[in-house]
Amino acid sequence: MAVTLKRTGARSGAVKRRTLKTWKLRLYVAGQSQKSMRAFANLKVLCEEHLKGRYLIEVIDLLEHPEMARGDQIVAIPTLVIKLPLAVRKIIGDLSNTDRVLVGLALQELG
Amino acid sequence: MTQMRRARRSSHTLPKALTGIHGFDEVTGGGLPKGRPTLISGGAGSGKTLFALEFLVRGATQYGEPGVFMSFEETIPDLTTNAASLGFNLGQLVKDKKLFMDHVFISRSEIAETGEYDLDGLFIRIADAAKRVGAKRIVLDTLEVLFGELPNPSILRAEIRRLFAWLKEQGLTTVVTAERDRPDKLTRHGIEEFVSDCVIVLDHRIREEVSTRRLRVVKYRGSTHGTNEYPFLIDKQGISVLPISSLGLDHAAPIARLSTGIDRLDGMMGGKGFYRGSSILLSGTSGTGKTSIAAHFVDAACRRGERCLYFAFEESPLQIVRNMRSIGIDLEPWLRKGLLQFHAARPSYAGIEEVLLVTHKHISSFKPSIVVVDPITNMLSVSTQNEVRSMLTRLIDFLKTQQITALFTSLMAASGSLEANEADISSLIDTWLLLQAIEVGGERNRALYVLKSRGMEHSNQIREFVLTNHGLRLLDVYLGPDGVLTGSARVSQEGREKAAGTSRRQHLEGRGRELDRKREIFEARMTMLRSEFEVEEEVIQQSISESKSIDKELLQDRGQMVRSREADKSAYKNGASTPPVTAR
Repeated sequence: MAVTLKRTGARSGAVKRRTLKTWKLRLYVAGQSQKSMRAFANLKVLCEEHLKGRYLIEVIDLLEHPEMARGDQIVAIPTLVIKLPLAVRKIIGDLSNTDRVLVGLALQELG
Repeated sequence: MTQMRRARRSSHTLPKALTGIHGFDEVTGGGLPKGRPTLISGGAGSGKTLFALEFLVRGATQYGEPGVFMSFEETIPDLTTNAASLGFNLGQLVKDKKLFMDHVFISRSEIAETGEYDLDGLFIRIADAAKRVGAKRIVLDTLEVLFGELPNPSILRAEIRRLFAWLKEQGLTTVVTAERDRPDKLTRHGIEEFVSDCVIVLDHRIREEVSTRRLRVVKYRGSTHGTNEYPFLIDKQGISVLPISSLGLDHAAPIARLSTGIDRLDGMMGGKGFYRGSSILLSGTSGTGKTSIAAHFVDAACRRGERCLYFAFEESPLQIVRNMRSIGIDLEPWLRKGLLQFHAARPSYAGIEEVLLVTHKHISSFKPSIVVVDPITNMLSVSTQNEVRSMLTRLIDFLKTQQITALFTSLMAASGSLEANEADISSLIDTWLLLQAIEVGGERNRALYVLKSRGMEHSNQIREFVLTNHGLRLLDVYLGPDGVLTGSARVSQEGREKAAGTSRRQHLEGRGRELDRKREIFEARMTMLRSEFEVEEEVIQQSISESKSIDKELLQDRGQMVRSREADKSAYKNGASTPPVTAR
């Protein structure tokens, strides 16, 4: 999968139903490491499957923007930051465990 | 700095980074291993964070080594406030780009793990922070928090190992703090295995309701270091570690002598008083005049223009000044001139280490030539005998290396053997004066003697003394059948001696008069005899001259007779006495 890990705003399709919100996802990576690539791929697949047209992925490469790590309190790489209305969730790792990611996205019930 | 330079020059010794923490660089012989990680382990509230902070602040301000503080627990505003209590202005250092602070906050509740991860985020943050200020030093305060907040400990351990390797590679002098919750383990999660170079343990313990802080260098690879537990103190100037100031007994021994301020007491010690730089103990039961003797010594020193530091652990300075005025010693002018400084406090307010460290600090800043601790027994009351001895050894060693004369007073219990009371500290003392209350004949009188005085001749006599309006006065010795006479016994002995003296004098005068009389009689007799003799002499002389003239006349008569008879002419020529034989 040839993906550039650079602020890839993947807006696949416009919001179709007003009732459904858009998921703002931010993935922190450090360079193009294997883990980072894997995480992005896993996330992309997952989003396409469960949130088609209702998500926004922002990939931040800390090697280029190290100061961003402080803002979102990033320690582990890769970290997926999900901004929920009332809280911030962080999912670390290569997102290989889909169920867990879905729990983190609070999508499990929906699924 | 010299230590650093020396370390760099020699390839065999480990280069060290001075911490600037008072006393710590002496204990470790130059600070922490340069470019390597050091683990600081200790229980809650043992001063780990402050140690780490001071290491950074001193590095940035004194040694031109900017630093990074990665806090995993406290927020930056909290840290800044805490550091301000040590007198460090972190905000200014951050503004001057000498310090970078980052608060790493992660909460388990908002983190889920879904597969492999690494700590590159943290690495990048550290690298970025270090780059921003050009850091040479870095603190990770308390790294082990990560174990609580991040899942999968095995990944974490591997990542921490990688972190230390990376820090070493960057040549950053690193301090990692770790919480120690059990005495048999250095750290909660065993991160000491990654830090192989230097491990320091801080300890904060309570004994007999008094807290003491201690520091110990558990491990220092490639370097000699003191292995003892060193007490330390945290105050407005930061951390001070109290090292044993001299590992060997190699302090100088000045031969100069200092007057005690009491002439006759000097007299008891070869006429010159104490040695400069010696330690003097004045011990006695209460009310025997310990403070008065100390005041005399201080007064005499101030008169010579020397600086005195007086630690009063029992009385307030004003009280001492007032009381000493009653025996004719006015300390106030010396206070005003700044030659005398008082420090009054009850030592029980803190642990013995703190008391001693405070003592050290005052001595270092005032630079006195004489220190009085009155009484040292109060210091002893705050800790166990063993600790006291080691503390006192340190204090005395410190004073001796500075060639400061130390006078300690010590309050003894009224009963019990004199020496036993202070057996533990007596060997540290050079000159020991014992003040005694002698109770005889319904009286209590003061006496003193020199129990020992190293390196000088000293009197072995017990001397009575009185406190007068003009100071302390040693009295003449009166020995009675039961020893030294004191008080009324002495006065009555004095009286008796005076009476005996008077009668002796009267007797002597009487004999003198008798002699005079006899001489007069003798002379009168002489005169009489002489006049008698003169009379007799006159008479005898007269008769002699008479008989001589008769003789002459007789001869003349005979001559005329011979001539008239015309006898032999030779007869009257040759002499009148020889009658001419032929004529018969």
